[in-house]
Amino acid sequence: MLELRNLGVTFQTRKGPVEAVRDVSLKLAKGESLGIVGESGSGKSVTSYALMRILDRGGSITAGDVTYSGIDLRRAAERDMLDVRGREISMIFQNPRAALNPIRKVGAQIEDVLRRHAQATRYDARAKAIAALEAVRIRDAEARYEAYPFELSGGMCQRVVIAIALACDPRLLIADEPTTGLDITTQKTVMDLIRELSAERQMSTITITHDLGLAAEYCDRIVVMKDGALVEEGTPEALFSNARHPYTRKLIAATPRLNASIRELLPADTRTPYRPSRSDGETLLKVRDLVKTFQGKSGPVQAVKGVSFDLTQGTSLALVGESGCGKSTLSSMLTRLLDPTLGQIEFDGEDLGAVPARNFARHPRRRDIQMVFQDATDSLNPRFTAAQSIAAPLRKIAKLRGTALKNRVAELADQVGLPQSLLHRFPHQLSGGQKARVGIARAIALNPKLLILDEPTAALDVSIQAVVLNLLADLRADLGMTYIFVSHDLQVVRMLCDQVLVMQAGEIVERGATAHVMDAPQHPLTRSLIEATPKLPSTAFEDPIKEVAE
Amino acid sequence: MSGRLKSIGLRVLQAVPVVIGVVVVSFVLTRALPGDPAVYFAGAAADEQSIQQIREALGLDKSLLQQFLIYVGDLLHGDFGQSIMTGQPVADDLIRKLPASLELTLLALCMSCGLAVPLGIMAARNPGSLQDHLCRMVVTAGVSLPTFFTGVLLIYVFYYLLGWAPSPLGRLDFIYIEPDTVTGFYLIDSAIIGDWEVFFGALKQLALPAITLALFTMAPIARMTRAAMLSVLSSDFIRTARAAGLTERKVLYGYALRNALLPVVTTLGMVFSFTLGANVLVEKVFAWPGIGSYAVEALVASDYAAVQGFVLSMALLFVALNLIIDISYSLIDPRIGFEAR
Repeated sequence: MLELRNLGVTFQTRKGPVEAVRDVSLKLAKGESLGIVGESGSGKSVTSYALMRILDRGGSITAGDVTYSGIDLRRAAERDMLDVRGREISMIFQNPRAALNPIRKVGAQIEDVLRRHAQATRYDARAKAIAALEAVRIRDAEARYEAYPFELSGGMCQRVVIAIALACDPRLLIADEPTTGLDITTQKTVMDLIRELSAERQMSTITITHDLGLAAEYCDRIVVMKDGALVEEGTPEALFSNARHPYTRKLIAATPRLNASIRELLPADTRTPYRPSRSDGETLLKVRDLVKTFQGKSGPVQAVKGVSFDLTQGTSLALVGESGCGKSTLSSMLTRLLDPTLGQIEFDGEDLGAVPARNFARHPRRRDIQMVFQDATDSLNPRFTAAQSIAAPLRKIAKLRGTALKNRVAELADQVGLPQSLLHRFPHQLSGGQKARVGIARAIALNPKLLILDEPTAALDVSIQAVVLNLLADLRADLGMTYIFVSHDLQVVRMLCDQVLVMQAGEIVERGATAHVMDAPQHPLTRSLIEATPKLPSTAFEDPIKEVAE
Repeated sequence: MSGRLKSIGLRVLQAVPVVIGVVVVSFVLTRALPGDPAVYFAGAAADEQSIQQIREALGLDKSLLQQFLIYVGDLLHGDFGQSIMTGQPVADDLIRKLPASLELTLLALCMSCGLAVPLGIMAARNPGSLQDHLCRMVVTAGVSLPTFFTGVLLIYVFYYLLGWAPSPLGRLDFIYIEPDTVTGFYLIDSAIIGDWEVFFGALKQLALPAITLALFTMAPIARMTRAAMLSVLSSDFIRTARAAGLTERKVLYGYALRNALLPVVTTLGMVFSFTLGANVLVEKVFAWPGIGSYAVEALVASDYAAVQGFVLSMALLFVALNLIIDISYSLIDPRIGFEAR
């Protein structure tokens, strides 16, 4: 049905032309679901934009052919392309809330598409739009028609985006990272929905993702892209049990999975012996009956409802749960950015819960509790160089100046594996992994006792994630830090954390040793979280790198 | 809907302290001005005694506090005082002059938006292109030329050389009869009674000063439209709309422009306020009987009541303007109304 032949896409930039996609050939049959897998910058999104002809400014198809049901999409007139888009080929995007017009009712946005493709008239558009919302299993579709995107949850927004894409019954659906930014359980419902709907309508799908597990679970066939070119193609089983290209092997190896240690995520030649962290068995943090109440529009809302736990020095604790379960509120209270309504936070024998958040910045304990944030880009000041970002806490709290400051920054950069030559660069000149290192260096600058990590690898590619996870494990062993790791990725949690707390609606519903909780989950939420995590096929070998090495 | 009415009511209440502040400050500032109205009013030949008489008649011999209390008392009765310069009640002067300025400014801004917004959109569609640079050049030239220069230039070309425009003397040529005052806007008043001859007569008089002002105010509006459109056009939902096959027209005007409108409306409000206060030069060039020239003359004559009346009416106008802008925000963006409730 769709065929790409030797597709090439070039972007004109200030530094000259950049080849984003090279010599890509693909075939897609009716009803087939294809996965395009690759890390950021591999050209997987650009390929799909190119076949829809919605490339950003400066980008153009410079080579090859795109044929869809006999239509030459590369040479078709723009008028004809308008009819193809949304009618024949539709697309859904990552970050669903941003993908919807913020100031237009979602129903009206569906109507726009229906009426554009003459699928509805002024009189029946409303009814058809509501039917489209019902088709994506939105309950109470009539009321949702009137909603604005900001009134809906992320998962609900993605359903609306899907409703828009499927309103005109296209024959091909392209999903570009459709679950990035969604909860793991929402991810499962969205992906199941797409699979179900495409089976119902005999629609072909192309799923673009960086998550190998996701692609393996939902696609009939997978192609792997690297630096704008296809490197490998095959069914999930064949690909995972017998990957030929070294890049595919590296990618599979870096994907967190059952029975793998974090060292096994790294390429064999960069592995160092694992250093276990020590614990003196002392209790570092004692949390008792912690409650946080916010004033909502309709009365007070309890975000955290009486949470208690102990944390032993030198161990790492995972905080797991869906968005809105109160894990961010809890970690903000522990970092003392937010005042608890009730309860005690006893840190190293001192009740820090009694110190108001606004005074904590000048408290002597400030240096002992530090945080690494989720978005490495947004949590760095864009006008600060890497060195300035790392130096900020040293200047403010340790009052270091001059050569002492410079030496300490250099030492920290070495510790997190950031080349000295990058220290004078600004965040936009650094890669995702390098920015993550800057964030970590800044957090450990003051030798904190407790480090709170809020999904520090969520925005990173798997191979970078593997490196950062190993770095975190090594730093913990070397510096004797204690971690609280906020995450929704249970595979990652399993590899890095000793203990786990599962939260739901502000309460801890399950706790225990990580391996124990994950092997024998008691609470239904824990079970559904584990179930929703995409897994590599069981045929995926234990340690792919070893075989390459042989 | 009642929530919206309530938030509008709240905004009106917030304006009350502003108005009180303006009353106090304008009173004190006019008193601090150099110059003695009694001397000015008495004329060149007056002696010490007649000046003193006039001073007593005007109530200027009383203490500042007393004067202020009398002024506030009069204000509460809707009495703005008597202008020394024109001999008329200030309220009557303002009612006559304010519509003249408003009509000119509003028409100028409509023309300016009608040109600047499309220019901004055109520039944003192809940043760095020839159109973009052309647009930038046009608006920069417009804002760089002082209004009195553009005004005189337009008069020279269209009145003196081409003879297309009527003589630049006021709001209406003497051959026409002023329409009955309903709104004070000649265009509207003449249209109400269906007197199209007067309507076009007034329009001809308005054209040149309005174009002068419009040229001057295009730059900020066009630049803001361009910037806002650029950022909206690069956002994710525009890509969704394109991928759904919506036409370029729909994407540009139905999706992008409405989202880009907020900063443009803000700019428009700012431009309106500075234009209304600053179009005295244009009024002078075109002998326009507006409030700007009235205020300057009153200031020169130390005509306290007139100056205070002008400042106060401007303040009320700006309060109303800000209210209108806030309301239009909540009409444009549903998220804003939500937070206010």
